[in-house]
Amino acid sequence: MSVLAQLAVIFAICLAAEGLAALLPFAFPATVLAMVILLVLLAVRALKPRQLRESSGFLLDHMAMFFVPGCVSLIKYWDVMAANLLPILLITILTTPLVFCVTGHAVQLTIRLLQKRGGDAQ
Amino acid sequence: MMEALTSTPLLGLILTAAAFALARWFQKKTGWVLANPTVVSAAMIIALLLLLDIPYDDYARGGDFVNLMLSPVTAILALGIYNQRDILKKNFIPVLVGCTVGCAVSMGSVLLLCRLFGPDQAVTAAMLPKSCTTAIAVGIAEAKGGVVAIAVACVIIAGTVGAVGAPAFIKWFHVTDPVAQGLAIGACSHALGTTKAREIGELQGAMSSISIGICGLLAVIFSLFLPL
Repeated sequence: MSVLAQLAVIFAICLAAEGLAALLPFAFPATVLAMVILLVLLAVRALKPRQLRESSGFLLDHMAMFFVPGCVSLIKYWDVMAANLLPILLITILTTPLVFCVTGHAVQLTIRLLQKRGGDAQ
Repeated sequence: MMEALTSTPLLGLILTAAAFALARWFQKKTGWVLANPTVVSAAMIIALLLLLDIPYDDYARGGDFVNLMLSPVTAILALGIYNQRDILKKNFIPVLVGCTVGCAVSMGSVLLLCRLFGPDQAVTAAMLPKSCTTAIAVGIAEAKGGVVAIAVACVIIAGTVGAVGAPAFIKWFHVTDPVAQGLAIGACSHALGTTKAREIGELQGAMSSISIGICGLLAVIFSLFLPL
């Protein structure tokens, strides 16, 4: 597919997701819905990854750039951010190792249980 | 003349692209993890707007064009999940357990601490998806009425803490299994942590990378049921 056709396909998926999100009775992010639709299209082989190669390569390579305007809008919300700066920083920083620790041990326990069950079966 | 220049969307587009190119070059050159290109370029743009007294809305005319691309950028994450379907199938149960537990702990602990220490609805909703990849976090924050800028900031803070701290966390918490290490890194610090996971090992990198998409999807589902 040409790059233009690739972009047309991707934008069409996003548009369909916007429509679908509007129909849902709860607030579901249309952007994530677009991801789900693309995943389904790939899974049923309606689309192949190489058909989207150029456009997806560009988007993935520059992904972090697309969040810059969102970050700049902090200028508008600076008072909200400043008023909550300490809890925001503390909660975000401290819960990160917590998530690491619990996730790591949950997975280790799961793997051990799976191995034990596999061992019993033999 | 100044008004002619600031009233076109080109201003915001150029500022975004140029600042990001510069910030990315700077991080490559220095190798500093803390010099996150998104944060550095946003800081440069904010400084420039304040310095030249350009209203935010003038920047946003161009910035909105870039924002429009958030949807395609999120959609394209599907490719990452699809390309890793084989390794996902092979480790399905550990991945599912790790991502479910990671998401639940992340969102649960943030919600609890926010209720205890006071940030209001708009801030709590923005912090809730802080362990998800930015594109998905922005979607969740928007759907829940959170401040997008704070969501982006929290995602980057969590990602940086995870990327810098991962080797220490592995030692402190005695997480020895490579699959568990990768999933733990991905669940707490998404794409930023994944870069570090790849340095630690190939399997860790693959696991961390898989957890980006799966955790994102689970977080969206969980957020539907959260009392917020």
